[in-house]
Amino acid sequence: MSNATEQAVFNPKLRRRVDEGSGVNQVECNLVEAITLTLAQEMDRDERVVCLGEDVGLNGGVFRATDGLQARFGDQRVFDTPLSESGIMGTAVGLAMGGMRPIPEIQFEGFMGPAYDQLVNHAARYRTRSRGAITIPMVVRVPVGGGIHAPELHSDSPEAIYAHQPGLKVVMPCTPYDAKGLLAAALEDPDPVLFFEPKRVYRLPTRDWIPEDRYTIPIGQAKVVTEGDSVTVISWGASVYQCLEAMDQLPEDISVEMIDMRTISPIDKDTIIASVQKTGRCVIVHEAPKTAGMGAELATILQEHCFLYLKAPVQRVAGFDTIMPYYKLELEYLPNAKRVAEAITQVMAY
Amino acid sequence: MPIRTAYTAKIDYLQIMDENGVLDEKLAKDTLTDAEVLELYQYMCRCRALDETAFKLQRSGRMGTYPQNKGQEAAAIGSGYAAKRGVDWLVPCYRENAALWMHGLPMHYVLLHWMGDERGNQIPEGVRMTPLCIPIGTQMLHATGISWAMKLRKEPAVAITYFGDGATSEGDFHEAMNFASTFQTPTVFFCQNNHWAISVPRESQMNSETVAQKALAYGMPTVQVDGNDLLAVYKVSKEAIERARAGGGPSFIEAVTYRLADHTTADDARRYRDPKEVEAWQGKDPVIRLRKYLTAKGLWSDEKQTALDEAAKTMVTEVVRAAEGIAKPPLADIFDYTYATVPAELETQKRTMRTHSLGQNPEQVGLQTEWTS
Repeated sequence: MSNATEQAVFNPKLRRRVDEGSGVNQVECNLVEAITLTLAQEMDRDERVVCLGEDVGLNGGVFRATDGLQARFGDQRVFDTPLSESGIMGTAVGLAMGGMRPIPEIQFEGFMGPAYDQLVNHAARYRTRSRGAITIPMVVRVPVGGGIHAPELHSDSPEAIYAHQPGLKVVMPCTPYDAKGLLAAALEDPDPVLFFEPKRVYRLPTRDWIPEDRYTIPIGQAKVVTEGDSVTVISWGASVYQCLEAMDQLPEDISVEMIDMRTISPIDKDTIIASVQKTGRCVIVHEAPKTAGMGAELATILQEHCFLYLKAPVQRVAGFDTIMPYYKLELEYLPNAKRVAEAITQVMAY
Repeated sequence: MPIRTAYTAKIDYLQIMDENGVLDEKLAKDTLTDAEVLELYQYMCRCRALDETAFKLQRSGRMGTYPQNKGQEAAAIGSGYAAKRGVDWLVPCYRENAALWMHGLPMHYVLLHWMGDERGNQIPEGVRMTPLCIPIGTQMLHATGISWAMKLRKEPAVAITYFGDGATSEGDFHEAMNFASTFQTPTVFFCQNNHWAISVPRESQMNSETVAQKALAYGMPTVQVDGNDLLAVYKVSKEAIERARAGGGPSFIEAVTYRLADHTTADDARRYRDPKEVEAWQGKDPVIRLRKYLTAKGLWSDEKQTALDEAAKTMVTEVVRAAEGIAKPPLADIFDYTYATVPAELETQKRTMRTHSLGQNPEQVGLQTEWTS
């Protein structure tokens, strides 16, 4: 393990400090900087790791998530590929078969369509169809979600589509700390991991101090963000921040237990069940359309395991069952603090 | 400004042994020795025997749908023989069984696959290939990726991928060719142009005069070869593989052959194919021409053929027995091989063998009666 000074080279612009209490090397970064830093650290410790995708090399990716990686690791580790999503996903499958640890980037979630066949019909199935003889360890990075005034097909939330696919794991961190730990864990995982990065929170105005040295966060573990006993609010991705904002609008006597799923698949059932058995009320919040979204699955789990604990029907605050609108209307489409607060209030009054 | 020629190209066609088993001695130099031809001919007959038996297994209800390889054996064997076993990767479709067996896939695995058992895809350690690939034209990208990995790891290994004429209409084919050419990966694209994509003839599949010319757009060496001519297939494959191994990048081979059987056992080609066309191609059968050649050379006889047929029958019986002797897999397998580690929900489904939740947890609130299995 390289020390903090050596690691600082990965992104010297970031501020660093040693936490006085714990002695931990810390770095101050936003979510996208946490990802870049982690990619650099992982490429440094494992020469099998390669990044490939559209504009990820010289340009450092359209969101700069791979900024500086090609300069540091060379053009035989970071590849600008042809403009070809199925090609990126399919060759990544082959690279994994050939012993590499590829990190393909699909530039926006809206462009996953052409790569769907390779991800779902090959990457996800190889372990099972070869009975373990061939496995596909790779991490597919995809910026996801709305709220940044992007053009058409740059703002969707398709996580449920992939959570429905056995053989895939789906992760969506929303803080720099979780992004760093989950990305390192995803690279350790022997199976394909779809790593969704909520672009709305790539660059929040405030940066977080997080440990600089490598750490992992287990895939499949939700996080209790705030403890409470009146109502459980479950969310993931950028919506977590809308929920936190909603909590500020509630009367003081409503104590919210806020859960960030962090991993979409496999689902951390234990955490949500324990919380709802305690609170008896639940509001689930996500950007994706309501019908057949992940909220439906979570609500079903809760009625299966918390039936007699429930004091109100589980509520979903989600994107509408429409096509994601162009950006003039996107903030009306996406769940916001007002809608979340309203749902919480109604659940409390039920 | 005068108009100038920006690009010109030609496609070579190679045949070394004609339909009557007559060699072009000059072209045949430095290809296969007679001893090799003799050995590969016998191997081809054994593969044909197994293929015919596989058809009968389906017809008698002992195996599911099966796509016969009949008529295309020279393409598989000539190219497979040119690749290094245990070093080079084969990335197949499903009509090149003979190449897979040659590279170490146990013969009964192919039957096992079509008998509905994933263990037929469980490629043994040290055998370098991917399993049969069902979605058409998707596996070439894996070959590009695998060979790319070989290049990055500085391993002198090549990937050869097989597909049909219909597969070249798929987008993934073009993406695989473009990636391979852009990154100069050691990949050999081997198209078995067998003239039919189920019921659609090659002429309706594309307006190109050859399949081989598609590679010109990707700036890669390309050639058309008589796919039923073992020597010619071997020669072009060897050249392409060794060029790739030496760092010369990818190549394309169009092996012109013919699907003598139906697409699969679920198909009836009489609905769409002229019997005269099939008859004409039966005359170009790679087995027949090799036998003619070896007989003319005094290396083969009817007696030897009878002995070979007997030996092949014994081998086929053993292969079928091996496949049929494998018991149905335990249902637990489907849970155990979805992920490296079984997630909690899947573990519960595996343990209870059901998906409903009541009774899963003895302490579950709301259970009115004690659940017993």
